[in-house]
This record gives sequence, C-alpha cells and structure tokens, in this order.
Amino acid sequence: MRLVPDPNPPRLRVLWVSLGAIAVALLIAGAVFAAYGLSPLEAYRTMLQGTLTDWKGLSEVLRRTIPLLLVGAGLTLAFRAQFFNIGAEGQLLMGAIAGGGVALFLPLPPLLSLPAMFLAGVLLGGAWALLAAWLRSRLGVNEILSTLMLNYVAQYVLIYLINGPWKGQNVRGFLYSDEFAPYEQLPTLPGTLVHWPTLLLGVVLALALQVLLTRTTLGYELRVVGENPGAARYAGISVPRVVLVMAIITGGLAGLAGVGEVAGIHHRLLEPAQISLGYGFTAVIVAWLARGNPALVLVTAPLMGIILAGGDLLKISLNMPFRVIDVFSGVMLLCLIASEIFVRNRVRWGRR
Amino acid sequence: MEEIWNALGRALSFGTPLLLASLGAVINERAGVVNLGVEGMMAVGALAGFAVAYGSGAGDGNLYFAVAAAAGAGVLASLLHAFAAITLRANQFVSGLALTMIGLGVAGLLGKRFEGFPLFNQAPEWPFTVGVVLLALGLAFVLAYTRLGLVLRSVGENPAAADALGIDVVRVRYLAVAFGGALAGLAGAFLSLAYRPSWTDGMTVGLGWIAVALVIFVGWSPLRAIGGAVFFGLLYYLQFRLQGQSGIPTEFFAAMPYLLVIVVLALAGLRRVQGAAPEALGQPYQRGER
Repeated sequence: MRLVPDPNPPRLRVLWVSLGAIAVALLIAGAVFAAYGLSPLEAYRTMLQGTLTDWKGLSEVLRRTIPLLLVGAGLTLAFRAQFFNIGAEGQLLMGAIAGGGVALFLPLPPLLSLPAMFLAGVLLGGAWALLAAWLRSRLGVNEILSTLMLNYVAQYVLIYLINGPWKGQNVRGFLYSDEFAPYEQLPTLPGTLVHWPTLLLGVVLALALQVLLTRTTLGYELRVVGENPGAARYAGISVPRVVLVMAIITGGLAGLAGVGEVAGIHHRLLEPAQISLGYGFTAVIVAWLARGNPALVLVTAPLMGIILAGGDLLKISLNMPFRVIDVFSGVMLLCLIASEIFVRNRVRWGRR
Repeated sequence: MEEIWNALGRALSFGTPLLLASLGAVINERAGVVNLGVEGMMAVGALAGFAVAYGSGAGDGNLYFAVAAAAGAGVLASLLHAFAAITLRANQFVSGLALTMIGLGVAGLLGKRFEGFPLFNQAPEWPFTVGVVLLALGLAFVLAYTRLGLVLRSVGENPAAADALGIDVVRVRYLAVAFGGALAGLAGAFLSLAYRPSWTDGMTVGLGWIAVALVIFVGWSPLRAIGGAVFFGLLYYLQFRLQGQSGIPTEFFAAMPYLLVIVVLALAGLRRVQGAAPEALGQPYQRGER
C-alpha cells in the first residue's frame, strides 16, 4: 500500500473517509461498553430508539443541536485561522454568567432584557477567548493549553458565584441562582425544551459566517493567515489583528450559546455540568467534521446532537457514569484526525 | 522548624507524580512528539494499579504487579497517540487532547465498580519519591552524555538528518512516547496506591496538565524539572494548608492550579523559553520520496 499526496481531495472521498472514521469510532466505543459490561448493540439500540423514533426524542436532539450549532460555527472560523480553541466550554459558561448577571441584577425595560443578556454573553465569551489569543500573540502561550485551563477557571467562577454572592434566596442547599423573570426567558416549542429563537439565530449566524469567510476581506485574510502566516505577513495582513477578531467571534458565539441555555432551558444559573453537557468539546468535533465550513455545521451539529442526546439517555436509563460522553467524544475526535491522512492522500495498492 | 520540614515533605509528596509525569513528557518531547494525553494516561494508570492491588477483595493483590500494571496501562494508552501522531501523522496536539478524553472516560467508566472502596495494602510513598529523583538524574546524564541521548535529541531536532544517518526515526519516537506513557501511568499509580489509596473518578485533579506545562517551564531539562516539581508541590501544599484558614473562597484554591499553568506558560513566554524547544517538536516526520 502506498500513499500519494493529493492537495485537492474530491468531496466524495472526504465524505467516505469521514463516515468511515465515525464507523470505526462507534466500533471502538462499543468495545469500551462491552468492557464495562454493557452489550454495545443494546447501548446503540437505546440511543437510536430514544432519539430518532418519536417527537420527544427528536426534540431532545434538536435541543442539544442549538449550542452545538452556535459553538461549532464559531469554531470553524477559529480552526481556519489555525487557532485551536478548545475552550468553548469555558466561553459558553462565561456567556451564561454574563447573561445571568444582566438578568438577575440589571434593571432594564422588559423589551431590552433579552437583547442585553445576549449582548453581555457575547462580550464576556469573546473576552474569555480573547485572553487566550492575546497570550498567544504576545507571549507565545500555546492556545490549546490556555483555553483548556480557562475552562476550569470558568467552571470555578460559576460555582463560586452560585455558591456565594449570586446564590438564590429560596434555594436551600442547592447551588442555584434565583429564577429569571418571565420576560427574561426564551419561548420554547410547546412541550419541548427547544428554545427556537436561539435555534433561528444559530442557523442565520452559521450562514452569515459562511458569507463572511468566503465573500469578505476579513474572511480572505483569515484564510490566508491560517494557511500561510508567512505569506500573510508578506501581504501586509496584520496576523495578530486577524487572530484577535477571530477569537472575539468564536468566543462570542460560544457565549451566545451559553445565554441561550440559561435563558431558554434552565431560567437560572446552576452548576456547570448542568448548563453544558460538554458542548464545547463536542463542538470541536462538529467543526472538524464540517471541515472549516460554517454552513456545513447545519448538517454536522444535528449529527453530534444525536450522540449527545443518546449519551444522556445511556446515563439516565442505564445508569452509566457521565464519562460515557467523554468516551464518545474522545474516540470520535481521535478517529477523525487519524483519518485525515486518507483525505489528503490517495491510496494506491501494490508497489509503484 | 518542624513546620518547614513538614511543608517540604508534603511538597515532595505532591511533587512526585508531577515529576514522574513531566520526566516522561520531557523524553517524548525531546524526541519531537508532544503528548497532551498525560492527564488521561495518568487516570488509566491509576485505575489499573488500583484494580490489580485491590485483587479479589480488599487488597490481596501484589503491589509490584499493581505498579507494573499501571505502567503497562500508560504504555497502551500512549500507543494510541503514537499510532495516530507518528504513523498516521495526525495533529499531535488534538490527538493528545483526544487521548485525555478517552483516558478519563474509559477510567471513569471501568472504574465505577471500584469507587468508594479503600485499599488496605497501601504502598509507601518514599520509593516513588526517591526513585523519581534518581531517574531525573539518570535521564539528565543519558541525554547529555550517551549515544542514546544523542539519538533521541537528534530525532527531535532534525529527524531528516537523523534518518540520513541511519536512525530509525519512527521507532525512536514510538519508544519515547511509550516511555512517557509508562511514567504517566506510574504517576497515576502513586496517586491510587500511595498518596490516596483508593479510586475516585477525577482523582488526577489536573496534575497531568500541570506536568505538561512544567515541561515547557523547565525548558525540557530533567534536572530543572526536579526544582519545578518541588515548587509546584509547595504551591499545592499551601493551597491545602490555607484552604480552611483564610477568608478566601475555596473555589479560588480549586482553580489555582489551572491559573498557575497559564501564569507559568506566560512566564516561560516572557523568558523566551520556547527557544529551547526541540526544533521538530510537534511536527510529524515523513521521509521524502527518493
């Protein structure tokens, strides 16, 4: 077997390799389930039956899709600029904190409340990513490590707030804030947790980012910076500026998703693990599968939504530890990046 | 005086797993391979060690086997990364991150049945601590003065030249990654057999990430890693010491290791330590077509 480099892989091969990687990942995750003492077939049957066969299951998938869509679309931009933002989880939580803070403490006319919450979420989420981008531009701090560490920091900031100054009046031992006022809550599709305004926003923003990336100067600069930083500098593009703008967009979208979760589903601030089911990490896979195309996230986000909703079912109905999601995400991520070599090369059988 | 000795002792005990894991990472990074999976390999090692030591009941397993199992589990986990990053030339950073998720996930899943059981055949801490300091000295010597060290460094600095001299780059890198995995597994064993003889999900508490950052902070030097590990060990000790006594919220102390990693990396950036990084660090090696 020989590998022949192919700089412009046909789309069909990209599709087949991606599907193959997902299949291998499901096999490996199945082996882990078997080692845990659960038949992989039963695990996957539970996941699929619970998510795709009725409206209730589908609405759960849709609910998980919303944050994946927003965060994933933002991450495609980051990855295009070769900025490996692994910290969307923390940016999402900071967004939730900012939105929650506005809802709880800023007296605003009801009509302005929700827009102000979203704006605050975008700003703080963006700032959280900006910090990592700045550290990289200025001090050469690896952004994978810094964004990852900022995830943990964001978690503890949130826990501190709901355990201390922002703890609700009537929540007894629970780590909750007070509930948001009715006009600070997003409407949902009847009988579900699908907060449709955020979903709509996600679809529009994913398409808008596609236009930004392919039709504007900023998008062009961003692609050049990602593909060839040396050439970018030579062409007079300010690399730090592009990276900083990109960080604000990618962090801002994660922050927006965080506001959507608390304003649409929980209506209060609560523990990090309850606000986010690892959306930030799963969105990395969403963005990778979309191969840096924001619009393609419209397809890959629901796909990972099925995995998240299904994983949640395994947790609830089969009483498995929450780590089951980590197994899925990790194995899938590994298989996807390992399969990259079969995208960029053609396989030739036999010797020369 | 006694207080100081006590503090130093605790610092060494916190520093032991840090030093173990970062020495392993120093070696695989000197060969040009970054492995961000340390935290995951540590978790897998901690679980494997505990499972073997636990045996059929409350601790009738052989501790030597347990330590060996932890190292073996670390090696197995690291080979996943080696295969993806070396053979398939995947992005090393993302592959290591995936390994951490897999390691934490698999250990959390398979370790559920052990959760909450104490281990009665506890291992002593000092053999780990003494062993790891000797290992650091040994590795420093090997890297600086032996042919093996030269081979390892050349693979990390200029793999093409090493290849031209007849060194099997892929094999050296695989062995270096496996060595890193073994040491990360041992660091896990220290936690689950000696430091806190039990298994709990998440018992690695971010030590793996600090070990990764430490490698950069000490400029890829095994000798300086000793000092770095004691320094961080001291900080950990202070964190636990001050936790109950001050008016500072506990969440701040819990977040401190992670903040410290960022601070340490920023300091390393200020001191321009990155210049000491192996030249080919993070880059997959592909032999040119002849």
